[in-house]
Amino acid sequence: MADIAHGHEEGGGHHQLTGIDSRKLGMWVFLSSEFLFFGALINNYLLFKGRDFGPGTLYPVELYDIPFTSISSFVLLMSSLTMVLAHSALARGDQDQTKTWLFATALLGTIFVSGQFFEFGEFILHGLKLNINPAASAFYMLTGFHGLHVVLGILMLLVLAFKSMRTGGLSEAEGLNVELVGLYWHFVDIIWIVIFVLVYLIQ
Amino acid sequence: MAIDVAADTVEQAETTLFRRPRLTYGFWSWITTADHKKIGLMYGYTAFFFFLAGGIEALLLRIQLAGPDGAFLTAAEYNGLFTTHAVTMIFLFVMPISAAFFNYLLPLMIGARDVAFPRMNAVSFWIFLFGGLFIYSSLIFGTSPPPVGGNLPGGAADASVLGSIPNSGWFIYAPNSGATYSPGTAVDYAALGLQILGVASLISAVNFIVTILNMRAKGMRLLRMPVFVWMTLVVALLLLFSLPIIAIALFMLTFDRQFGTLFFVAEAGGDPILWQHLFWLFGHPEVYILILPAMGIVSETLPVFSKKPLFGYPAVVFAGAAIAFLGFGVWAHHMFASGIPTVAQAAFGLSTMTIAIPTGIKIFNWLGTVWGGRVRLTTPMLFSLGFVALFVIGGLSGVTHAVVPSDWQQTDTYYIVAHFHYVLFGGALFGLFAGIFYWFPKVWGRMYNEALGKWHFWLMFIGMNLTFGPMHWLGLQGMVRRTWVYPEEAGLGAGNFVVTVGAFIIALGVLVFMINWSYSKRRGRVAPNDPWDARTLEWTIPSPTPEYNFAVEPTVTSLDDFWHLKYDEDEEGRAVRKEKADELVDNLIHTNGNPDHEIHLPAPSYFPFIVGLGIMFIAYGIMYHTRPYGIPMLAAGAFVTIGALFAWGSEPLEEVGDDHHGEEDDLEPDGSEASDHAEQQH
Repeated sequence: MADIAHGHEEGGGHHQLTGIDSRKLGMWVFLSSEFLFFGALINNYLLFKGRDFGPGTLYPVELYDIPFTSISSFVLLMSSLTMVLAHSALARGDQDQTKTWLFATALLGTIFVSGQFFEFGEFILHGLKLNINPAASAFYMLTGFHGLHVVLGILMLLVLAFKSMRTGGLSEAEGLNVELVGLYWHFVDIIWIVIFVLVYLIQ
Repeated sequence: MAIDVAADTVEQAETTLFRRPRLTYGFWSWITTADHKKIGLMYGYTAFFFFLAGGIEALLLRIQLAGPDGAFLTAAEYNGLFTTHAVTMIFLFVMPISAAFFNYLLPLMIGARDVAFPRMNAVSFWIFLFGGLFIYSSLIFGTSPPPVGGNLPGGAADASVLGSIPNSGWFIYAPNSGATYSPGTAVDYAALGLQILGVASLISAVNFIVTILNMRAKGMRLLRMPVFVWMTLVVALLLLFSLPIIAIALFMLTFDRQFGTLFFVAEAGGDPILWQHLFWLFGHPEVYILILPAMGIVSETLPVFSKKPLFGYPAVVFAGAAIAFLGFGVWAHHMFASGIPTVAQAAFGLSTMTIAIPTGIKIFNWLGTVWGGRVRLTTPMLFSLGFVALFVIGGLSGVTHAVVPSDWQQTDTYYIVAHFHYVLFGGALFGLFAGIFYWFPKVWGRMYNEALGKWHFWLMFIGMNLTFGPMHWLGLQGMVRRTWVYPEEAGLGAGNFVVTVGAFIIALGVLVFMINWSYSKRRGRVAPNDPWDARTLEWTIPSPTPEYNFAVEPTVTSLDDFWHLKYDEDEEGRAVRKEKADELVDNLIHTNGNPDHEIHLPAPSYFPFIVGLGIMFIAYGIMYHTRPYGIPMLAAGAFVTIGALFAWGSEPLEEVGDDHHGEEDDLEPDGSEASDHAEQQH
């Protein structure tokens, strides 16, 4: 039972039985749920993409611009690299570089999302509307939700980047946030790799 | 109601060393609290309010069905009421009242001062509350006109208020839920409302998992956790992995209805059966989300009231985990009549039968616990035993659904209704009432009235069996679910009359409970700190629970540690109370109730409330996006939500001017991450 002889216990309120900071653990747990979120979306697209919706309709596959999407995928992958560089710069205590790489990550993410906007625009101009057939619906929903996740990631990166511009840079607690946003960011990247392979490359 | 509750908590707060200058009592303290106990109570009261709403809906349904050719409700009203009854009882009562138990008890049972993310805990509650209000606001704002070119028999669909509530079943099956067959906004209220509730549950699932993994008392290894804590963990994992699936399904439905996508529109190549798959892939784990908390509760009460340890503790724990795991592989047994391939039917029939194995293990362990024990038939024990008995009946009829031909026979009959009410009413609800009575003295420091408690139990037990027992026969005689009338020639009148009488007996039981609760929490006999001679950590602190929970953070050396403080075993393995047990208990509780230094707790915050409110307006904005006020509402909701999250992120956790930073402050060292989490909820 509670050791009555101990008035003050060591360690205080910072329980971390797993040895992982609660907030980091929370992020991992949350991301495990996100895998099913995207799993359902991907499954949904794969279900509809092979179906025949009659003559005169248009399928996403017919419009893919693989070189273009490859480049934007590459940009997103590189943003994972800059994210790691931001994190490692912070671990070294190099606030200047942290700031630079955080902005770079946000910028690369923005380029990716802009590419996606451009792609959606092109597709719609060619007549691939959201409601033309279920395959198109599923395509837009999957890539759209991924894009929304990237946008949220960019927002969080920008918050951290602007905080890092203050004198003194990021505090220790905010440093953990860099790691958390990093986890999220890498997750979003990994999901994109899966989407790129399953949706774009394997036709 | 909340204000009464506050008044009681003030007394408690004033008796402790811990002072909080602002927002400790009164209305705003409840709006801004980050205290898991207050949040738990708010969950409980809100859930009970919805329970009454759902109960009244059920009584209206039963009045309509009391005799053949009933004329009390129209077909449309009946559709609305049976849908809303189910949605209310599942999402607005059983899930949140389980969350109430998790919130109040989880930190106490693992010896912690709060959950890992106190303000995220508050935001879960507020999102749930506004989600529930959102669904019920369809009573005022919703519309449910009849489909073009068709009308429901028995009257116009949109003639009355009750005709405008969600009316396509809690399962919202496509294509009936699509824009063609369900014009108006009733289905949108259900789809968007459930989406909001899902966000609330997901946040609390993350919170509980992290709390359990990271914040247990020293020495409390995983297999020393109380079974209730284990079941909390299992339920949180079930929520974590099943909610994203229903989130996608509900997004698809909302997009179909609002933005013209074609996922479930069969004429355009969409796939209505996909809805069923996605829905039940969530829906079956959901069933265990509803029952496992109650199983956790009776695993606590049965040993205490039998004065024996839980028989086969590891088996009970692993059986719970196994039920959850298998629960993801049985969803298609809800779809045997939908034309899925024969092989799939056989496979899902088999996997469904395997669920009976861990469930049986639990039942036998509970029986083994009570067997040979010194049983005290208090109200919580009666409810626990009632749970076991009624759950066995519901479980057995459940096994019959695993047999495909038999299931075809029973699909869409009252036999199914009988089955799931035996597991959800006889099971979940009885378990939850056992918990309410068992922990009543913990929460209020007073005893409930035992005589009223027994009246409550017997009224519920008899009423429940009269209500749902005859439904087995009615179903086998061919009475169909979800129809608002049945003809006299069918010969179902007598059975239905008994069912209706039973429903009103249940209502009487609930009334007795309400009297008992509101009388006893103020006037009840003052409860001893350990009234049940219990086994778990929440009884090692004063009652009602001090705001800081434990003055000294506990250390645990075995399962049922508190029990071993009080009892030894004799040579035959029987428990013998130690001579000095009373003194040891008093000392321990005294130490735990008298902090020798100031204890810092998470400061209150306005922002969780504001986030909940903002999310509700986002949902209204999506629903009315074609109206002129829709987009402004969406923008305002998003602005308020994101603004509140930013403010939350930059809010210091400690009160301003608080410069005593002891070792034990900062349950949540920095707020900004919490907002990151919440931002990422879809």
